[in-house]
Amino acid sequence: MDTMSQPTRYLLLISADEDLAPEIVSDEGLHRFHEWFADLERRGVLRAHEGLHPSSTATTVRVRDGEVLRTDGPFMETKDQVGGFALIECAGLDEAVEIAAGHPAARFGQVEIRPVR
Amino acid sequence: MNDADVEAAVAAAFRDEWGRIVATLIARTGDWDLAEECAADAFAAALETWPRDGVPDRPGAWLTTTARRRALDRLRRAKAGAVKLRLLAATADEPAALGTEPPDGPDDDRLRLLYTCCHPALAKEAQVALALRTLTGLTTAEIARAFLVPEATMAKRLVRAKRKIRVAGIPYRVPPPDQLPARTGAVLGVVYLLFNEGYGATSGDGLMRPELTREALRLAGLVAELLPDEPEALGLLALLRLHDARAATRVGADGALVPLEEQDRGRWDRAEIDAAVDLLRRALDRERPGPYQLQALIAACHAVAARPEDTDWPRIVRLYDQLLEYTPTPVVRLNRAVAVAMADGPAAGLAQVDAVAPELAGYPLLPATRADLLRRAGRADDAATQYRAALAVAANAGERRYLARRLAELDDR
Repeated sequence: MDTMSQPTRYLLLISADEDLAPEIVSDEGLHRFHEWFADLERRGVLRAHEGLHPSSTATTVRVRDGEVLRTDGPFMETKDQVGGFALIECAGLDEAVEIAAGHPAARFGQVEIRPVR
Repeated sequence: MNDADVEAAVAAAFRDEWGRIVATLIARTGDWDLAEECAADAFAAALETWPRDGVPDRPGAWLTTTARRRALDRLRRAKAGAVKLRLLAATADEPAALGTEPPDGPDDDRLRLLYTCCHPALAKEAQVALALRTLTGLTTAEIARAFLVPEATMAKRLVRAKRKIRVAGIPYRVPPPDQLPARTGAVLGVVYLLFNEGYGATSGDGLMRPELTREALRLAGLVAELLPDEPEALGLLALLRLHDARAATRVGADGALVPLEEQDRGRWDRAEIDAAVDLLRRALDRERPGPYQLQALIAACHAVAARPEDTDWPRIVRLYDQLLEYTPTPVVRLNRAVAVAMADGPAAGLAQVDAVAPELAGYPLLPATRADLLRRAGRADDAATQYRAALAVAANAGERRYLARRLAELDDR
């Protein structure tokens, strides 16, 4: 028995190499995604979920010495970029890991699980 | 009863009860720091009152009750967590619950604590440290010394791990059946890692760090006790005890490593070997073999051979073949190559070492293994070259002394 478990909210940051984007919109990829989504609805854990436009459309803003600086592109120029996120509320990290592992992008990218304050 | 007797009683209770008390308090409050602090308070209270009132009949129950009451007080004072208070009050305030803790009952809480410490979402080094702190009661300073890191570093590591457990919602539980085999493997892996670090220190002056092997043996005993139906837990305990039984003969007076064939077998701990072999038999009776049982079988082949030449090397080769089915790693293949050399001659062994060598670049025991096989094959010049290479990468002073001695012997010929 797990006496201390109370629902925890997690942000799942789904990231991958953007060149592999076709992978996720392939028939098989979409099928897997729909399965994943249906599973989340069955579990009743989904609080929010969105997919993002590619990082080339991003603008990064910094304020330095009172001046607003805009940069074209994401805050980190890495090969893998965040392509979507999901906010879930579930029993604990083990369930969050199970959910994250079911996302199709986990097969070629990764999912970072961050507990929400 | 004099003070020394009381102190001995408290020390014994600490060894037996610390992990149990911490595990119970975490289960009831979910607060790891509170659990450790209140367990420590209970032992401090014992040192204060037992000399006056005598050692209670059931020290464990006394300590658990004291620690729970302390936790209750603290939470009341902090006016914290109504849920935690309810959970604690349900057990600590009922007179019937005081001292009725079954001393040998199912140790669910310690088992949950063990699996939680060894959760794969925590860094390996944090897993070991956390298990030592919460289950065996080693202090942060002691753990830091054992791993040769500054105390502040170890303290930070422990704080970070506990924070992650709390904030990231790592469940305090024995994992469900579908995850159990993998998670049990992780628990055994942590104990094995701890023992190996103590048995062949990867740094430092000594060849061995006995404080690590001692704690690993304690944890292995606990795991075997908590998982009586898991033959691999028994197998691991048997393996560690077989290694430990000949630990005293592995280091010479000069601190140099003494290889298996030169060890004084008369000084091996026979009672310990018999006990370990008995454990191993009980594990094998379950007919669910695994890598720890196989390694224990290999260790037993060495332990029961009266003289080095009585070692059943062909059988060891076959056991390594089986082990490779579970752990097909280059290191296991290297060890198998040594067994082949002993069974079929150094040339056969060297051929196999060559086959696996590309995958072992940078592994310190590769040149040392090659050197020993070349020496047995009578290829002195090649052996000397490899001993020099091995010396350059040896992990600790004990190994370096051994390698230097071999090299000197070759140079003297």
